[in-house]
Formats: sequence, C-alpha cells, structure tokens
Amino acid sequence: MLKIENLCVSYGGIEAVKGISFEVPDKSIVTLIGANGAGKSTTLRTVVGLVKPQSGKIIYNDKDITGKSSEEIVRNGITLVPEGRRIFPNLTVYENLKIGAYMRKDDYSEDIKWVYDLFPRLKERSWQFAGTLSGGEQQMLAVGRALMSKPELIMMDEPSLGLAPLVVKGIFEIIKEINKLGVTILLIEQNANLALRVADQGHVLETGRIKLSGKGQELLENAEVKAAYLGNKKHELAQQ
Amino acid sequence: MTLELFLQNLANGIAVGSLYALIAVGYTMVYGILRLINFAHGDIFMMAAYFTFFGVAVFHLPWYFACIFVVVLTAGLGMLIERAAYRPLRDAPKDSVLVSAIGVSFLLENLATYLFSGKPKAFPDFLGLMSTVSLGTVSIQKVALVVPVVLIVCMSILLFVINKTKLGMAMRAVSKDYEIARVMGININLVIAATFGIGSGLAAVGVILWGMKYPQVSPLMGVMPGLKCFIAAVIGGIGNIKGAVLGGFILGLIEVMLVAFFQPLTGYRDAFAFILLILILLVKPTGLIGEKTTEKV
Repeated sequence: MLKIENLCVSYGGIEAVKGISFEVPDKSIVTLIGANGAGKSTTLRTVVGLVKPQSGKIIYNDKDITGKSSEEIVRNGITLVPEGRRIFPNLTVYENLKIGAYMRKDDYSEDIKWVYDLFPRLKERSWQFAGTLSGGEQQMLAVGRALMSKPELIMMDEPSLGLAPLVVKGIFEIIKEINKLGVTILLIEQNANLALRVADQGHVLETGRIKLSGKGQELLENAEVKAAYLGNKKHELAQQ
Repeated sequence: MTLELFLQNLANGIAVGSLYALIAVGYTMVYGILRLINFAHGDIFMMAAYFTFFGVAVFHLPWYFACIFVVVLTAGLGMLIERAAYRPLRDAPKDSVLVSAIGVSFLLENLATYLFSGKPKAFPDFLGLMSTVSLGTVSIQKVALVVPVVLIVCMSILLFVINKTKLGMAMRAVSKDYEIARVMGININLVIAATFGIGSGLAAVGVILWGMKYPQVSPLMGVMPGLKCFIAAVIGGIGNIKGAVLGGFILGLIEVMLVAFFQPLTGYRDAFAFILLILILLVKPTGLIGEKTTEKV
C-alpha cells in the first residue's frame, strides 16, 4: 500500500533520514522503533507532505506522492495522528472530530457516533474545549479525529508518549481494533515492547538508517533489540 | 458640565469607539491567524477612502452600489497584499514578514500620493449622515447613531461566521496549529486569504462611516487611525475579536471624554493612546481579555 524508496530528508543542513526503504502492506500494522533523533517522526512528516524530501520516492497505492501538498496526500486516504496529540485546544471535542472530516462531502454523522462508541469518554465531553481534556483523552481525540477522515492508512507518532500505562494499554487495544476493521497502520513508538507486540512487521531505525527489520515477534526476541530497546526499562523511561 | 454635554460626548465616544473597533478587528484577526501585525492595515483603510471618493464623487455610483463596490474592492486589496507580500514569506522568520508589512504600508502611502496627489479631497456625504439631529436638547451627528448599529450587525455576522461555519472552524484551527490544519486537508492559503478579505472588508465599512465624521481623504489619513486601532487591539488582547471591540470602545470613549472635559489636554489627544498602550503593556501584556492559554503539552 505504502512504499518508501531510498528516502533522504534534511532539515537545515542536518540529514535526519539517510536513505531508508520499507513497505507497509495493505491492512497490516508496521512499526518503526528507535531512539530520539533516529528519524522516525521525520519519515512520517515527509510522507504526509509537511516536509519535502531531498531524494527518494514515496509511492502510495501505485501513485507517486513524493513532494505533493499535504492537502492532496490526505485526500488520498492517508492521515496522521501527530506526536504530542496536537488536537485543537480552542475547538470543542465535537468540532475537533468535525475538522477531521473537513474534506468529506458526504454525511459523516454515523462516523461521529462510531468514534463516540469507540471512546465513550469523548461523548461525555463533546461540548468541552479540547484543551481542557486530560492527556489520555486528548490522545483518544487525536485518534478519533484521524478516523473521521475515513483513512485507509493511519500513521501514529508515539501515541503512548506521556500517558499512564493503563491508558496506553487502552490506546493499543483501539489500534488493534481499528486495524481489524481494515485500516492499515504505520506506528512509531519508543515503547518498543508494546509496539512490536501489536505489529506484523517492525523496523529499527538508528540515526536515519534502518538497522534491522523483521516480524514483530522476531524483533521482540532479537538480542540486539532486547539490549538496546527492551532490556533496561527504567533507563528508557528516564530518557523520556 | 451639563448632562446634555455629557450625553452628547458619550454618543460621540461610542461612535468613535465603534469605528476603532471595526478597524481593530482587522488587526486582531490577522494577528490571530498569522501572528503578524499587519502594519499595512491603516493604509488599506486609506485606500478604501479613496475607493469611496472615486466611486461616489467621480463615478457617481448609487449609494448602495458604492458601498458594495468599496467593501469588495478593499477586501480584494487585502487579499492581494497577502498573496503578494506575505504568502511568499510564509516559512520565513516572523521579523521578515513584519518588515514586509511595513514596506507595504509605505508603498500604499506613496502610491496614493503619486496617484491621487497629497492634496486632501473632500469625502462625499453620499449617505446623508453628516448632518446633525436633535434629540431633545442633545444634538448629535446622524452618523454617530448609525455607527454602533453597523458595528453590532457586522460583529454578529462575524461571530456567526467564526463560530458556526466550516470556514470559521477552519480559521480557528489554522490560528492554533496551521501544520496540523494542513494535515486535516484544510487549504490554509484559502483560509488566510479569507481572513485578510474579511478584515479588510470591515476596514472598508469603517472608512465609509469614518469619512462621514472626518470628511477628508488624504494619503496619510490611515496612519493615525491605523496605529490607534492597533493599540485598541492590544488593549483588548490581540488575537481576540471581542477584545478588539472592547479596546476600541475604551480608547474611543476615553479620548473623547478627555478632550471634552479636560480642555487643556486637547493637544495630547493622540499621545494619550500611546500612554495607554505603554500602561497596558506594563501591567497586563496579554491585554484585558487576552488569549487564554489552556493548552496541554
């Protein structure tokens, strides 16, 4: 579904992504794991058109979307759940969902109902300004907002960041549920343990390059990955 | 000090305040969405005065058509300025855009001087609002009665657009996070252009009524109102539309009352606005009802 070929991206002279290639098969969950500064977020931001790549290709459903505007890319069925949630704090919860469906011309009231079923908490807070929600609720809203565009591919940038373990578990349950409904998911995580558990495929990024690739389960058991990302949990948390 | 005199000045103050409010909203809307102080706004106001002059005194358009003509043309000018001078700098540092705005301001002033000469022209009384009416013992200029009504109508429409329509929702979203707004599929160029159009259109409505009160059109007529309305927007809390209206009223009322009841201070009328600006910035830099910051990071 999504194919990335030899992608290179630089920001103001710093090469953040140094030629990575991977594929996201239809209806799968693929995860990119790696430390801060490995180039994970940059990759997602490039796919969605917020950053222009230096070279390389992004192919989506056999269509070259490299360097296209975000508007056009999103219209093709890709959406992003950004790092740090970035819901619109000055809009109500309901409006945030409506803005997720901004490009849609059809009736989306059913989908709002569906998102509210998925996250009953959001329904309770429908008329509240999104800025007043708790971190976990904001993450639910960010996911709900992304779902409103009826995407074929959702890219999630560290949905577990700064959330309580129980909330994270809930979010990951939802990710699996969305995937079962046929939505393809590209997931970025520092929480490698959780991410690899839900993922069909994983790629380990290190300073702009893919260092390791494999099935989720394989990577979980990989000695290198264990040492670097899974072994010392406390250390990893402290880094966050 | 008689009651009549007070009422007369009160009406006058409300009228001036409403005019300030109409212009200040343009500043605040642009700031809200681009974090840019559009220093050309006062000169857009000036150009609107010339559009009115030409529409009415030269081309003799009927009054209703002249009003539409001026508002549409001014909105177009605002959008053109955004397209030509600000959009190419969308990803540049904020200072560059600010300098560009100052450049546009000088450009418009000099263009007007060149095209229309520096000699002031008389603003036509095409709405018949310059004459005064007597209400009991109080005599008021007709325009002073009309201005607050126009303000209320314009603000009601504006708040409706911002709070209830899809465009308004997009404007609010873009003002908070234009990158993510883009990811939602919002055409931010369109939204920003609309913001400039609306702000400039409101300035045009302001100038039509302003001209009835101060019937002189000259290339530098926009400088002082521009600065004062910027101050009004800051007093209320820049970025906040209700704040701009509040700031306009405060500035207008105090100014008029100061001149009316402290005659020796008349010469300081304009200086007063700046003193108020400094005071507000010292005491409450976010303005009286400045943006709430409830964002969670």
